[in-house]
Amino acid sequence: MISIRQVSKWYGSFQVLTECTTEIQKGEVIVVCGPSGSGKSTLIKCVNGLEPFQAGEIMLDGTSVGDAKTNLSKLRARVGMVFQHFELFPHMRIIDNLTLAQIRVLGRASEEARDKGLKLLERVGLKAHAEKFPGELSGGQQQRVAIARALCMDPIAMLFDEPTSALDPEMINEVLDVMVELASEGMTMMCVTHEMGFARKVAHRVIFMDQGRIVEDAAKDDFFGKPRSERAQLFLSKILQH
Amino acid sequence: MAYNWNWSIFLSDTPAGDATYLGWLFTGLQWTVTLSLSAWLIALSVGSLFGVLRTVPNRGLALLGTTYVEIFRNVPLLVQLFIWYFVLPELLPRELGDAFKQLNPLLQQFLAAMVCLGLFTGARVSEQVRSGINSLPRGQKNAALALGLTLPQAYRYVMLPMAFRIIIPPLTSEFLNIFKNSAVATTIGLIELSRQAQQLVDYTAQPYEAFIAVTVMYLLINVTVMFLMRRVEVNARVPGYIGGSR
Ligand SMILES: Nc1ncnc2c1ncn2[C@@H]1O[C@H](COP(=O)(O)OP(=O)(O)OP(=O)(O)O)[C@@H](O)[C@H]1O
Ligand SMILES: [Mg+2]
Repeated sequence: MISIRQVSKWYGSFQVLTECTTEIQKGEVIVVCGPSGSGKSTLIKCVNGLEPFQAGEIMLDGTSVGDAKTNLSKLRARVGMVFQHFELFPHMRIIDNLTLAQIRVLGRASEEARDKGLKLLERVGLKAHAEKFPGELSGGQQQRVAIARALCMDPIAMLFDEPTSALDPEMINEVLDVMVELASEGMTMMCVTHEMGFARKVAHRVIFMDQGRIVEDAAKDDFFGKPRSERAQLFLSKILQH
Repeated sequence: MAYNWNWSIFLSDTPAGDATYLGWLFTGLQWTVTLSLSAWLIALSVGSLFGVLRTVPNRGLALLGTTYVEIFRNVPLLVQLFIWYFVLPELLPRELGDAFKQLNPLLQQFLAAMVCLGLFTGARVSEQVRSGINSLPRGQKNAALALGLTLPQAYRYVMLPMAFRIIIPPLTSEFLNIFKNSAVATTIGLIELSRQAQQLVDYTAQPYEAFIAVTVMYLLINVTVMFLMRRVEVNARVPGYIGGSR
């Protein structure tokens, strides 16, 4: 479904990604972790072309992301993305956040888009808030709306970039629950997160990044059993302390 | 020497006999308002366009935007007006220049002043638009693009609606400025509000009444604009939005 081959990226002369290679099958849930600045966000943004990369290749369901001829907007419409800071559109009601792209990108009729939006809001438990504005919801609620907004597009895969790290602790679980449910339904997911409980529960594989490289790419049990690299062991021991 | 206050002067007829002095002031007020409003429309559209261009990930377009702003913001308004009114018609292709000069003189003055004020203020508006867009959290654009919106759609539906809300206060002061700046049009002969006040003084020798009346009119314009923009701001307010960037 998503195949990343030898991807390298530079900001000026600073190399952010070095020959990253991995493969995500349909229905697989991959957790990406690693220290701050290791390039996790950059890598995940390369997957849907939000960041360009200078070397290597990323194939998304058979389409090359880096190819200049690829219609990126069309491609992105098929992949959901959830951000650390939710990024709901503050001037639009929740329901309008959910229908905007359905109408403008997929060309759905507004009634159809609205029904779909309400259905997904119901699924994340927020149907009652459809007419509110994002600023009137809590962080956890906003992030669930953001997930619903992405799902409205019937994505073939979902990308998450630290979806819970801007949340107060008591709100983390309500978001993780939605993600766990999604995983159990067979959604293909690439999640940058440090929630190791989530990784243990639903991930198939864990990728550990350090200084722009994929240092470890292991099945979940292998990763938590005995990471091969020292860096990963150190990292794990640090974040599993609490 | 005691000054002879004479407020009834406004009701007496002008030497031409076609209006009262108050009528003169109102004609001036009309020109000032018409000129300023039409220049403001130009300023808003041109300013938005170039403000957007300056934030677009394309070197050439950004350079075009910067060039416009630097030229129109840095050359004194009066000089710009003279260029539009006296110089440009000579530089235009022969027929166009002649066509302009055959227009009603009043219309010539009006058009030159409108374009001049519009583009001058547009450069300032484009600065505000640019800073409004840049003050949005970067993730907003990414979120819009990630949903499959094209860049123009992201601007249209996501970034500009918030950017404009953020810059309502500075836009209000540009809007007020355009009324004040419209007084430069007297230098090319347009008989707008401040010019009518001059005339009144020349004809009646009642400078205090004339300038008090004109001051009141400018103040009224001010109050009206503030009131309108306040309404706009209240209507555009986003529930629960605390503002600022993350
Ligand atoms: N626009 C940019 N220009 C220059 N350098 C950048 C830019 N964006 C990111 N970087 C650098 O690239 C590196 C990787 O950044 P990235 O955001 O991908 O890290 P990350 O693993 O997601 O970190 P975090 O856990 O803090 O989110 C960092 O060193 C960062 O400073
Ligand atoms: Mg990051």
